[in-house]
Amino acid sequence: MKKSRKSFLKKSRRSFLKAAGISAVAIGAAPAIKAVAVASGGGSASSIPVVSPKAEALTAKRWGMVIDTSKITDEVVEGVTAACRNAHNIPDFTIEPDAEKYPNTRPAKKMQEIKWIWEEHYQYAFPEMEDEFLAEKYKSLPFLVTCNHCKNAPCVQACPTKATFKREDGIVIMDFHRCIGCRFCMAACPYGSRSFNFRDSRPFIEKINPEFPVRSKGVVEKCNLCAERLAKGEQPACVEASEGAIVVGDLENPESEVRVLLNENYAIRRKQELGTEPSVYYIM
Amino acid sequence: MLEIAIKGSKKYWIWLGALLAVMTAAFAVYIDQFMNGLMITGMSRDVSWGFYIANFTFLVGVAAGGVMVVIPYYLHNYEKFHRITILGEFLAVASLIMCLMFIVADLGQPTRMLNVLLYPTPNSMLFWDMCVLNGYLFLNIVIGWKVLEAERNQVKPPEWTKPLIYLSIPFAIGIHTVTAYLYCGLPGRGFWLTAILAPRFLASAFAAGPSFLILLCYIVRKFTKFDPGWEAMQTLSKIVCYALIANVFFFFCEVFVVFYSKIPGHMSHIKYLFFGLHGHDALVPWMWTSMTLMFVAIGLLLVPALRNNQTLLPFTCIMVFVGTWIDKSLGMISGGFVPSPLHHVTEYIPTVQEVVISLGVLATGLLILTVLFKLAATVKEEVRG
Amino acid sequence: MSKNAIIAGLVVFVIAALFPFWFNIGGTNAAPEIELSAKAKAAKKCVLDKYDMRANHMTILDDWRDSVVRDSDRMYKSTNGKEFEMSLSTGENSCLGCHTDKEKFCDRCHNYASVAPYCWECHTDPKEVTQ
Repeated sequence: MKKSRKSFLKKSRRSFLKAAGISAVAIGAAPAIKAVAVASGGGSASSIPVVSPKAEALTAKRWGMVIDTSKITDEVVEGVTAACRNAHNIPDFTIEPDAEKYPNTRPAKKMQEIKWIWEEHYQYAFPEMEDEFLAEKYKSLPFLVTCNHCKNAPCVQACPTKATFKREDGIVIMDFHRCIGCRFCMAACPYGSRSFNFRDSRPFIEKINPEFPVRSKGVVEKCNLCAERLAKGEQPACVEASEGAIVVGDLENPESEVRVLLNENYAIRRKQELGTEPSVYYIM
Repeated sequence: MLEIAIKGSKKYWIWLGALLAVMTAAFAVYIDQFMNGLMITGMSRDVSWGFYIANFTFLVGVAAGGVMVVIPYYLHNYEKFHRITILGEFLAVASLIMCLMFIVADLGQPTRMLNVLLYPTPNSMLFWDMCVLNGYLFLNIVIGWKVLEAERNQVKPPEWTKPLIYLSIPFAIGIHTVTAYLYCGLPGRGFWLTAILAPRFLASAFAAGPSFLILLCYIVRKFTKFDPGWEAMQTLSKIVCYALIANVFFFFCEVFVVFYSKIPGHMSHIKYLFFGLHGHDALVPWMWTSMTLMFVAIGLLLVPALRNNQTLLPFTCIMVFVGTWIDKSLGMISGGFVPSPLHHVTEYIPTVQEVVISLGVLATGLLILTVLFKLAATVKEEVRG
Repeated sequence: MSKNAIIAGLVVFVIAALFPFWFNIGGTNAAPEIELSAKAKAAKKCVLDKYDMRANHMTILDDWRDSVVRDSDRMYKSTNGKEFEMSLSTGENSCLGCHTDKEKFCDRCHNYASVAPYCWECHTDPKEVTQ
């Protein structure tokens, strides 16, 4: 599906658009139009629109993240979560909405909050590794948890519309346009990494960042590894704010910084025994 | 045949009017949910499915339970069920319509629900659930209608209904199996991650469905001249008895595996349901009520004298129905989400709005059921009279 | 009796079916003027020519969002040789980057045609924030 769509985009957008204009409502006729368009396509090179990634985009065979737990302090946690919040218009249900701009806003329920990356203690981040004699320093250490961009993502398997899917570069991402809000992915995720928009979140966003969309009510969302920033050649917001505690890179490339870190340090993953193959590593 | 539905007694119309009133009230609340989102529910980030999905799951069972009259009648020529087969099929139709309504009520973006067809995704169990639920609904509408029509015209039902009837049997098993697969294939949820889930769902379905059918038989007997037959009801009560024992047995199998192996991620859910966890115990009284109801009901169904007591049986059936509803709706869904995968305990309590919308769906189902049963009962009266 | 009932029913039906017409009687129905921003005027060329854009911009946007979200392709080289960022509202090279006045370029016509695209439920006109 994906391939045919792409090649078609390149070949004959113009003729397709003309045909589509005539029968925009006849969804069922799309394949037929496509066939006609391809047959009559060709022509000069200038009649072919071409789509491509940005030249400056950062790429990887499989994106992964390494978090150095020794470098995570309360300030780093604060900085990272704030950076993510601002980059992605994540609402903060503790703020008081602007009554003038958003009159009659009903109070928010704390338990219906939205979070992409957040702080947990060891016993919650690694519940199956609970240990009463765990070194004291780990007990109080803040851990940052987020979407693991699993190699075998249960959420991708569960989604009935492919609204959540795995990109070729390993990023598990949401298509907010397509999500029907069934929340099967939330039941499927073994890491509690997903949030649902129980309401319109705009009143609870202090300053909307126009660089990233707000989400409508009724869709699920989660960390997208800053796909929109990687596409522009920028590091994810959390990496930039982490003071070196978080590194993102290509897990499949032995030369990459993440691989070098994994080679030199003992790192663990969350709920490894489930076979989801998380792409987020914690250096202990 | 539908003209029968618009000729009824005063009671019939008052009943339909009452149901319509509930539906209207619920619809008003649903409009609020539609405009403002699922914020009006008690669901949360940790407990992301609630009352709607719970009732959906239970009603899939009631729908599947209809097969307990279809199998004896069509596969074993058990003539006593001749009269009530149609009731089982129509009960399945009404239940399935309620199931689909509950799913829609639960969606965050109901206007996009056709995306499931637009982007079919066979690796998602929800896709298959949609297929089998709609398939089973379609089969029951066609079969029920054709067979009843034939009875009215006093001819044999058309030959082509036979294969559809046989097909409806695996579909009935299928709807509840696939519904169990929604839950039991998820790696992070210890409570659901058990192969016994589908069999247990079926067992509780075959208890809840037929027990509700017995209650409906009592109602039909009281309000119409059509008698479904005491012997058929007695046979149904035996089915309920076996199925209920199987349900409880499967539950104890699960309890044994979980508590003998002592794997914390599996134990914590059952502990939460029956004893409370970290001071959170909203469901504890419910779960014990459910267990008590099921056990007492087993006792009342096992002893022939008690089972065959015409005054006692409806009460036993109510106990079965309520017991299995708590077990499967409240316990099964909340139990899976509490504690969360990170072992946080967030409790779930449905809001008034959620309950009202659910009542609206139930009222719609009862309205459909009333009309369909009226058709069936009237046709049967006509034919005999 | 039944004849009268049928005629009365028909009349009610026709009146109901013609609701959009009589409801709008007396309103101002002149088509709105679309105002191009200075930047758009200077650029001269859009993704497609004017009439194609008018008829098909929604299809393009639909294709673009799939391309960006699902295929991570964000750049679009048009048949007229110009390159665009496939984005509704982010950056200088996006739709709103050139058509800087959403009200005069998008809303007027959408309001006139009584369409309410849900794009703006999530995507933000950068000017709304800076104001």
